[in-house]
Amino acid sequence: MADIRLEDVGHSYDGGRTWAVRPMTWTWRSGRAYALLGPSGCGKTTLLNIMSGLITPTTGRVWFGEREVTSVPTAGRNIAQVFQFPVLYEEMSVYDNLAFPLRNRRYPKDEVDRRVRAVSRMLGLDAHLGRRSRRLDPGRQQIVSLGRGLVRSDVAAVLLDEPLTVVDPAVRWTLRSTLKEIHRDTGHTLVYVTHDQTEALTFADEVVVLKDGAIVQAGEPAELFLSPAHEFVGHFIGSPGMNTLPGEVADGLVRVGGQVAGRADGPLPPGPVRVGVRPEFARLGDGPGSPGLPAEVTGVDRMGAYDLVHVRAAGHPLVARAEAGSPYEPGAAEFVRFAVGRVFLFRDAVRCGQVVPLNGRAG
Amino acid sequence: MALTLDGVRVRRRGEVWLDGIDLELPSGMTTLLGPMTAGKTTLMRVAAGLLPPDSGRVVVNGRDVTGVSVRRRSVAFVYQQFVNYPSLTVHENIASPLRLDRSFPKRDVDRRVREVAELMGIAELLERRPAELSGGQQQRTAIARALARPVDLLLLDEPLANLDFKLREQLRSDLKSMFRQSPGLVLYATSDPAEALAFAAPAVVLGEGRVLDTGEVAALYARPPTLAVAAALSDPPLNLLPGTVREGRVEVLGASFPAPRAHASGRDVVLAVRPHHVSLDPAGKDGALEFPAEVRLAEVTGSVTFVHLLLPGGRHLVAQLDGPRAFTPGDRATAYVDPAHAFLFDESGGRLLAESAAEVDLHG
Amino acid sequence: MTLTEPVKDPVAAGADEPDRRPDAKPKDNRAWLLVLPVVVCVTFTALVPLMTVVNYSVQDIFSPSDRIFVGLEWFRSVTRDPEVRGAFLRTLLFSAQVLLIEIPLGVAIAVAMPRRGWTVSAALVVVALPLLIPWNVVGTIWQIFARGDIGLGGWAVNQVPGVDFNYTLDSADAWITVLVMDVWHWTPLVALLAYAALRSIPEPYFQAAQIDGASAWATFRRIQLPRLRGVLTIAILLRFMDSFMIYTEPFVVTGGGPGNATSFLSILLSKIAVGQFDLGPAGAFSLLYFLIVQIVSYVFFTVLTRSGR
Repeated sequence: MADIRLEDVGHSYDGGRTWAVRPMTWTWRSGRAYALLGPSGCGKTTLLNIMSGLITPTTGRVWFGEREVTSVPTAGRNIAQVFQFPVLYEEMSVYDNLAFPLRNRRYPKDEVDRRVRAVSRMLGLDAHLGRRSRRLDPGRQQIVSLGRGLVRSDVAAVLLDEPLTVVDPAVRWTLRSTLKEIHRDTGHTLVYVTHDQTEALTFADEVVVLKDGAIVQAGEPAELFLSPAHEFVGHFIGSPGMNTLPGEVADGLVRVGGQVAGRADGPLPPGPVRVGVRPEFARLGDGPGSPGLPAEVTGVDRMGAYDLVHVRAAGHPLVARAEAGSPYEPGAAEFVRFAVGRVFLFRDAVRCGQVVPLNGRAG
Repeated sequence: MALTLDGVRVRRRGEVWLDGIDLELPSGMTTLLGPMTAGKTTLMRVAAGLLPPDSGRVVVNGRDVTGVSVRRRSVAFVYQQFVNYPSLTVHENIASPLRLDRSFPKRDVDRRVREVAELMGIAELLERRPAELSGGQQQRTAIARALARPVDLLLLDEPLANLDFKLREQLRSDLKSMFRQSPGLVLYATSDPAEALAFAAPAVVLGEGRVLDTGEVAALYARPPTLAVAAALSDPPLNLLPGTVREGRVEVLGASFPAPRAHASGRDVVLAVRPHHVSLDPAGKDGALEFPAEVRLAEVTGSVTFVHLLLPGGRHLVAQLDGPRAFTPGDRATAYVDPAHAFLFDESGGRLLAESAAEVDLHG
Repeated sequence: MTLTEPVKDPVAAGADEPDRRPDAKPKDNRAWLLVLPVVVCVTFTALVPLMTVVNYSVQDIFSPSDRIFVGLEWFRSVTRDPEVRGAFLRTLLFSAQVLLIEIPLGVAIAVAMPRRGWTVSAALVVVALPLLIPWNVVGTIWQIFARGDIGLGGWAVNQVPGVDFNYTLDSADAWITVLVMDVWHWTPLVALLAYAALRSIPEPYFQAAQIDGASAWATFRRIQLPRLRGVLTIAILLRFMDSFMIYTEPFVVTGGGPGNATSFLSILLSKIAVGQFDLGPAGAFSLLYFLIVQIVSYVFFTVLTRSGR
């Protein structure tokens, strides 16, 4: 197995007028589990298809280790791919479906049987091996598709294109951890495309956030959550996403709606900024303090495990996360405190600093 | 407006799709919650008049409408797939039910279309055709079409399931405020507990073609009467641990706590606990059950960390901890489960024995 | 997001099926009025002529006023007639050959046709061309085209050393001419039906096959062929019925000859009915003919749909 390197790879469906994937250089390191996260239409699937060879990129070169594969067709690339909806050989049994990629590659018979049974056991398909695949419900069909992607031992990478969309939410949780364990056991390089941030964050060693065909940030899940480098990352990761409030920097102070929220942590040219803070790091009930803003409660969503408190902070809507059963009532005046080191300043959507307490440096 | 389903049964190809549904739905919004094959779609199709039940009655405002064609009812339906007329513009799509309704004044059509489009945030797309829209915009158009004409019964079958996660979040709150203004009855099917909780409406929990329970969704979440209801309302899924009652104590995998009621010794029970009530930190956990565990997997979302644990006897337990936390597979840990935050069900999961397993029994 | 197969659950999947409730009672009887015109039409176009034929088949008719009831006599004599038997076997052989050639050839053409781009329309026009020509014109075209002296096709074949092609004299040549003509005329129908079915297969299926390392044959066998089952059932039925009842083209080209080499059931029937005006035997013949087509079609249909379960 080897790294998959994209060298200046870009793709346009209309002869270069608009880019589905903007020219990028990026390396998928061998043996890691990646999530490719972004909204629909951001180029995730195109990027995936470039790697599997279903699409030849308009520009750039694709390398598998030391071998250039830009114009090598899919069959010559040793890639496994799982699609968003079940793609099965409908007339064949579940067993034959799982065995198909192996038989095509002339694996010895006992090896085929061993691998099929191993995959079927991991995915809980044992009871269905003899059934005709189109007799299964869509969720289970998708698990069979998944199995076909995982059955080969020699793949350079397994590419998963929103593979759990049609699976029941409760089963999704189990399958995702199963996938993760399979990854740990086999050491395949996995690239998992999704628009669901929970899926991406729980699954991946490294999350790559894609927007409008370009990578805006890549990093470990916690890093993306705790210190988003881009407003979009703050918004897209986390549920609900990061609050952003329009603000102003002048004389080193950060003001929102006329109220001082705190101090900018570095020399920043005066002018408008956006102040970003996640609901998890906005606290009510601790009294006035810095960084923070006065607020008025407008509503409470009881989400079961926690509450989401909607407030107007210095005139702007903001969501704070509180423990389940919190005492806040609409109309109540509160002060919302921001966790030190978790409030950021953005200019042109890119992070340019953070908000620190008035009386000292970030600690 | 009130809708009553009375003993509705539907069987197809030897499978039971609806097994005796008795429901009374008042005006306003009701959430229909259940896993994928619970029969939500079938129930909605019966309610709409698209599918005649094998037996049972559908009653609207006291009138039996079981055999009445959907065309003669005041119904709108939004599907999971984005269903629009491909050859019509967004404006024409939204206007179509209004034009078909003879009682709707023609001169008001344009005004109404713009009103709903504004509400759904697609006012600037009115001249486009569905193929030129993103999935979210297409579904907004479909919902706008359903909302345009005031109907007695608005049915939405997982309308957000095919949308991007972030879009879903956004539309969820938009819809919530819109349904408040809707005059008729809104029935909203979903398999996502978070969606049901966010709507905070009365809920009907469906499972395997039956009504498992009805009530305010927050109350059902706090006090699920059966294991199936608890499971339908739990995302991430519930942890289930087998236990036995022995001499006034409930024994679970080597740990035990006082039985909440005088249960017969030897009775098998199931302890169900949501992942966010499993802790790896002993602080403030007096009286909690302690389980020696091995870490198998840690999933960090930043906001929380899901730790998958292996308990003695090969049992699995998932703990949801706040914030990002670092674990290595193979680490040893102790899992704490406070019986006060766990549910105790009878062996088959059919009945809640105690809403918190530590509840003191007043009835002996 | 590509919406290839957005089926959510078995319940929803069933949602698109029409309702066929065994115990569904008609709520509104006025619907029967709408069926009435069809009933009237069918009575005059099918039922009355059919009963006339049944009537003929059991009588010996000397003149409109002079007829005797003969029971099943005509059926007996027709089934024993060596000429009819010969024509039956000939027609059966012809239909079998037509199916064996046209179905695989049509599928092969469909598979080879482009899936996208401007070439799609070009290919469609070329393939559909023979279907647009009236049947007797097809016969006339081939009557001339296949002639050894002035026809381009016949002349070209005769240029091969050792071949003496003349469909007016040689039985085998006549047979081949009629067969090739039918293949030319009707394979496009099979190809178009199959092409429509192939086009409906979502792209990911082909991508998955590439990824799984499937050969072109395996892709065809495992993905395309299963999806063709429905249309091939229809194609086989249509081609069987049509070829078993073929009349116009051989009548124009060979007139059933030379000898009776291309004298199919329909040609023989019209000879008996119109040429000799033997209405009794022709009536019995027609009924038997009709039954054979019905039964064979039913068997085909049952076998083909059952095997898909």
